[in-house]
Amino acid sequence: MFTGIHFIPADTKIGFVRLRTISWVISALLTVVPLLLVWKVGLNFGIDFQGGTLIEIQTKESVADLADIRAKVHGLNLGEVQIQEFGAPNDVLIRVAAQPTEKEQQESIAKVKQVLGDQVEYRRIEVVGPTISSELIAGGTVAVVIAMIAILMYIWFRFEWQFAVAAIASLVHDVTGTIGLYSLLQLEFNLSSIAAILTIIGYSLNDKVVIFDRIRENLRKYKKMPLTELLDLSINETLSRTVLTHVTTFLAMMPFVLVGGEAIFGFALAMVWGIVIGAYSSIYVAAPLQLILGVKRDSGMASAPARAKTQARARA
Amino acid sequence: MLHFPQWKVILVFGVVLAGIIFALPNLFARSSMESMPSWVPHHQVNLGLDLQGGAHLLYQLDENEMIEDWLNKLRDEVRETLRKDRISYTDLTQNVAGRTVSVKIRQATDFDKAYQDLRKLSQPVGGSFGLSGANNLDVSQNGDDGIVLKVTDAGLTQRMNSAIQASIETIRRRVDAFGTTEPSIQRQGRNRVLVQVPGISDVERLKKLIGETGKLEFRMVDPGANAQQVVETKQVPIDDELLYSKDTPPVPYVIRKQVLVSGENLVDSQPGFDQRTNEPIVTFRFDSTGAKRFARATQENVGLPFAIILDGKVVSAPVIREPILGGSGQISGHFTVPEASDLAVTLRSGALPAKLTVIEERTVGASLGADSIASGTKATLLGLLLVVLFMFAAYGLFGLFANIALVVNIALIFGVLSLIGSTLTLPGIAGIVLTMGIAVDANVLINERIREEIRSGKSPVASIEAGYQRAMTTIIDSNMTTLISTLVLFWLGSGAVRGFAVTLTIGILASMFTAVTLTRLMVSYWLRWARPALIPI
Repeated sequence: MFTGIHFIPADTKIGFVRLRTISWVISALLTVVPLLLVWKVGLNFGIDFQGGTLIEIQTKESVADLADIRAKVHGLNLGEVQIQEFGAPNDVLIRVAAQPTEKEQQESIAKVKQVLGDQVEYRRIEVVGPTISSELIAGGTVAVVIAMIAILMYIWFRFEWQFAVAAIASLVHDVTGTIGLYSLLQLEFNLSSIAAILTIIGYSLNDKVVIFDRIRENLRKYKKMPLTELLDLSINETLSRTVLTHVTTFLAMMPFVLVGGEAIFGFALAMVWGIVIGAYSSIYVAAPLQLILGVKRDSGMASAPARAKTQARARA
Repeated sequence: MLHFPQWKVILVFGVVLAGIIFALPNLFARSSMESMPSWVPHHQVNLGLDLQGGAHLLYQLDENEMIEDWLNKLRDEVRETLRKDRISYTDLTQNVAGRTVSVKIRQATDFDKAYQDLRKLSQPVGGSFGLSGANNLDVSQNGDDGIVLKVTDAGLTQRMNSAIQASIETIRRRVDAFGTTEPSIQRQGRNRVLVQVPGISDVERLKKLIGETGKLEFRMVDPGANAQQVVETKQVPIDDELLYSKDTPPVPYVIRKQVLVSGENLVDSQPGFDQRTNEPIVTFRFDSTGAKRFARATQENVGLPFAIILDGKVVSAPVIREPILGGSGQISGHFTVPEASDLAVTLRSGALPAKLTVIEERTVGASLGADSIASGTKATLLGLLLVVLFMFAAYGLFGLFANIALVVNIALIFGVLSLIGSTLTLPGIAGIVLTMGIAVDANVLINERIREEIRSGKSPVASIEAGYQRAMTTIIDSNMTTLISTLVLFWLGSGAVRGFAVTLTIGILASMFTAVTLTRLMVSYWLRWARPALIPI
């Protein structure tokens, strides 16, 4: 009977932790370079966080005359205006900078509609006033921070504090890495980007927990094994699972990047990237960090019933 | 472990069956569902505005304007009270930032009486049955001769609550005039109203209809004043006000401040055509109080012009040819047909308590929504196909079990979404896709464990048992972290993003059932039926 292809051999002995000097450098670069990018190049903030107006139109002719649209909208003197093709050649995205008041913002749509006339189809109009955009910035930041704290608490509760710290450190790595992608490709950073980051946090941690679980189990099993070896053993034992689960999620999400449409492209791409970077950080960041933090041998017996059981066994 | 008691088997199949039954209506068109017999579940997943097209408008009530209005009225009440008591006063002023009206009493002997009577203006919050004990005004003495009336926080909150409530009612009446299906009008936060209208195409008209305050007044034009002269000299006679018409260029009018009748006294208003000129007009009818007042006013002022004023703009200023006693009349102001019908709706629905401003707008056209559904469905099916193929390639028969469980999982998501009447958005579809990854992850964990146990030399049954058992804590731990971040997302998110959190949460919870319990049941049946010497994994 067909037993399935063993994509990853059962007895890999890759020295993930042994070769940590190289991976430390890569991880550090993956964390710092995005920050430099954000600092130097900046993020392409969408209207959710910057305020402003976004109008998506579809022209009747098969290829939109961008120059003509640009000339017409620029003539309105509404401040900064961006005009770009969006998906199809006759789909155009017009972005108008935030106006000082909500009233002027509403008037700006009317003006744009007036110069473009009825010859185009208005597929989408989004207006975010200054009040809302500042609330969304605050809300988004708070959400990411709260999610991190809640997860830290959970890991701390379930494991030892060393695991929690390692988890958060690798999450910071994942988050900066994802933000770096937004900056590098100048993808629009909006509310759904925050959703992507939050999901990546949850999903990537899911993976770390699995490895932590195995480390804890092995700590209990091999009392004398040096920590470097033990960590490598745990990563190798779970390697097949780590790779396979990321491949399935990757396969599920990838069609969204390719055929999911322009509206969700940025979100889907960030998710796919997050899946890859999450797999990397599980193996190269979260587990090796245990070495530095010095996880304790008895951490596997943190829970009271387990401790009682071992004591009972020792007496017997 | 692999033995299932009878009741558990029935329960598992019951849940699966229920999920499929409640998900099934989504496979049919809405119209064909209507012809089904009534015992068939009819609930379909609600599509979000981004998928079916529509308008999402977030309005904010101008708090400062509301306070200013209140203080204006309060000032009039203070003046009225002191006048009635024949107490002379000075420096009657209002301060919007401090939310106060202050007055100075001239004669020290009058002070106590004035203080006593002004205190009566303060009302308990929540009417005389109010339980909070708080008043809407705080009346206090300031220096020897000053009295300050301050709007309290409780008073302001109460007024805001009732203003928002009234706004929602008014907006509902106006949106209903559009005849669209299932508009949703809800309060958000302290001073906001969220209006969601699915499937609407003319959003500009909707915004215009909602944005109009709709304050209608009938007032006399001051026959003694020359409007042009007043505009030039900027000297408006006392008790008069300079207002403009809505025409371009606007025509100035000098209007009496006194209001003859206002929109509150209207009972009906309909669009129509003038019988002589065939011009679109709006007809209206007063209630008995309004009719009486209007009759008296027109009797006293035959031959003089009066003005019909809407939101501070003169709509028309006809001359009263004869007393209007029947309590009904018409407004003509060079309207187009849609303008006349919208004005009729505005008047009929009553005035908004204060001005509402759009602070967030998201409108999606029906064609974009349809495109999103098409591309979302395509991406989901493609993703499902890839995952199913991969799982089978990786685990053979056990991959097949996981795949069956995955399909049931998706059915359960749709079943639950339909049952709780939740909304499916484009990010929500992405959430379902992510769930597919997470759901099979549980099976990956279990299957990898089984492989390990087999390698360590356990028997088939023991390996499977150990695999399920030991993977369980890991599955719970790892799903918890995703659930935590999803819950935060639900709490933070609005609209489309919240849809993502909803499907992901339902999907993860359902996957705990399908990927673990359901596959275990399948495996246990298979074991009993095939009695394999080796596990094909």
